[in-house]
Amino acid sequence: MSIKPPPSNWFQAPSGNERLWIGLALMWCLIMFVMMPFWHLRGQQNSTGEAYAISPRDFQAQVEQFVERNQVGSEGHDPIVEPPPGGDAYLLARMWSWYPILQLQAGETYRLHISSLDIQHGFSLLPMNMNFQIIPGYDHVLTITPQAPGEYTIVCNEFCGIDHHRMIGKIIVK
Amino acid sequence: MNAADITNPASPGNNPESNPYALNESSRARTCDTTKLPVCFDAQRFIRLNAVLAVVFLLVGGIAALLLALTRWQTVHLLPADWFYRILTLHGFNMLIFWILFFEVAILYFCCTSLINARLYSRKVAWVSFGMMAAGALMVNGIILAGKADVLLTSYLPLLAHPLFYLGIIFMAVGTLIGVFNFFATLFMARRHKTYEGSVPLVTFGATAAAIIAVVTLLHGAIVMIPTFTYSMGWTAQPDPMWYRMIWWGLGHMSQQVNVCAMVAVWYLVATLAVGAKPLNEAVCRSAFVLYILFINIASAHHLLVDPGVGATWKIWNTSYAMYLAVLASMIHGFTVPASVEVAMRTKGYIKGIFGWVANLPWRNPAFSAVVLSLVIFGFIGGITGVTLGTQQINIIAHNTLRIPGHFHATVVGGTTLAFMGLAYYVVPLIFRRDYIWRSAARIQPWIFAGGITLMSFGMSFAGSMGVARRTWDIDPAGAVYGPPAHVMLGLAGIGGSLAFIGLLLFVLLTVGTLLFGRNNTGRAMESWGEPRDIGDAASVARKTDKEEHKTPGTLVLVLIFLAVFAVYYFANWKALADVWPVR
Repeated sequence: MSIKPPPSNWFQAPSGNERLWIGLALMWCLIMFVMMPFWHLRGQQNSTGEAYAISPRDFQAQVEQFVERNQVGSEGHDPIVEPPPGGDAYLLARMWSWYPILQLQAGETYRLHISSLDIQHGFSLLPMNMNFQIIPGYDHVLTITPQAPGEYTIVCNEFCGIDHHRMIGKIIVK
Repeated sequence: MNAADITNPASPGNNPESNPYALNESSRARTCDTTKLPVCFDAQRFIRLNAVLAVVFLLVGGIAALLLALTRWQTVHLLPADWFYRILTLHGFNMLIFWILFFEVAILYFCCTSLINARLYSRKVAWVSFGMMAAGALMVNGIILAGKADVLLTSYLPLLAHPLFYLGIIFMAVGTLIGVFNFFATLFMARRHKTYEGSVPLVTFGATAAAIIAVVTLLHGAIVMIPTFTYSMGWTAQPDPMWYRMIWWGLGHMSQQVNVCAMVAVWYLVATLAVGAKPLNEAVCRSAFVLYILFINIASAHHLLVDPGVGATWKIWNTSYAMYLAVLASMIHGFTVPASVEVAMRTKGYIKGIFGWVANLPWRNPAFSAVVLSLVIFGFIGGITGVTLGTQQINIIAHNTLRIPGHFHATVVGGTTLAFMGLAYYVVPLIFRRDYIWRSAARIQPWIFAGGITLMSFGMSFAGSMGVARRTWDIDPAGAVYGPPAHVMLGLAGIGGSLAFIGLLLFVLLTVGTLLFGRNNTGRAMESWGEPRDIGDAASVARKTDKEEHKTPGTLVLVLIFLAVFAVYYFANWKALADVWPVR
């Protein structure tokens, strides 16, 4: 009876189906635990949290420099910027835009630096549905390898104020 | 109810002299006419106060929920953007914090008095706790509705709200801590003055585990909210946003583990009240609660899995609650609760086949059906999705999408809220001493609510799998990336949310209606919700009891199905992850 004090000999080892289930559940827990280090060794998709402290002002200066050096075109007011294959790419999040438009080569690996100028934002790359947190003061580095050519959409998925839903960006993969 | 099993926990014969701390010898208590448990008048008053306020906040949060469901349903799109985020903030606080904390304080007061025959430690402390919690909740709600705190539940820095918002949260946290102190003081005095023999009952043990986690949780709240409050006043510098996230989730995620713990305690309690179930093995059940206490507190990592600045090793260890030992605890409870019900039913003579006992369960008892639905939704939907989304790498394809609310509405609403609603079907007759009105509606209420929440959770989860973000007013500016399927899923979530609201409203109307118009049951047992009768004669039941004691084939089949579903969902998500761009 779970609403009365138990008999004094209540401390006993489990038996029967209960013991079987505890054993199975424990094994399943260990399998799930081992999957994560395993994926770091063998899997291709991991979040290592690589990041560097940087002030929003300094990050903005780096982005401007990156755009100046690598701009290949523009779309409306937004520059289209192509980093050298295998090189560093920069993406600035602010209320309520992603800057600039990046143009990447499929199969090349880039170090993508993302940070925020103001408050927290969410980097959500669609339609793959890959999501990372963007925090002011932290240069979040994603070492990323685009696969198929196409146009990809960046949506902000961390609440950032009244026009949050309009914070849309673009990555072009050639 | 089996009156022979539920007797007064203390044996007065052992105390020749009157014990002022023991309820059964106090003039400030009564004996329950239904359960024969002693009821402390002080505790009764504060259980009533806290429960009533809890239901008020449930209704506020529920109305907010309906408005949100009808806004994210893109075809309806009811609220303007500013009110959407305002109401979303309001919804989070009223549902996740106010409704649940007020109800939990009521549960704590019950578990530390009636179940161990002790009188509540202090009326004054209970008043202070209640007053501070109520003041804090009113402050937070007022400032949100005034439009000065459109920062959502998490209020991530550098977003900044009005100082009264943070002060209200601090009041709420401190008030709750004071209530928890009253609980521990009552336990201490009861032990010291021997109001009961041996160990505390399992339900009290579970409530104690919840209270311990609550203390750690609320301390995190104080650590993060006090510097944020002083910052909002302009007295101190801005705390680091990443530090804020880590500590805030020590409050935010852990408080949900308080709910898990309290919910499991309610499962055991209602299983006992409805079918007279008793745990197969007290040591197993209690050890599982201890695992919660030890390992659940590192779950703040679940929200930081794709964050900058915290490394992979830290993420893996913490997100898995140290090798999933807290998940193990839930999987144990998920076995022991149905197993105890199965054994109780078999002992009553329902021994036909593997599932013969299931058909004869008291399905017409809304408390019981609510707890069964709570267990199924919590386990099959909330638990499986939670562990999977909380896997370090899989979180990449889930973080901040609608998959996350799809998960936690199945744990905290379909699980905790539904279990608490179920408990209310006993609290109102036994503590407020009024029998429920319109009992046929009460019997279907849990099914409506559970159906709505399940549908909503499915809609959200599938929309989230298509990349639809949570906490966003409109998905159409993103253009064609969200196709018709995503819109259909949002529509399903909207319909499910509306249905759940109908279930919630029915619960509130029934409960408030009963408080106003229900028949007073003072001096007699509460009107029974219906219970499974013993079939077969007493002698054969006695003979079977030994044999049936550990026979739980039905539960074993159920948990094996659960494990299979879990494994399929888990590995399907690894497969989905393997299809996205390589990243590290």
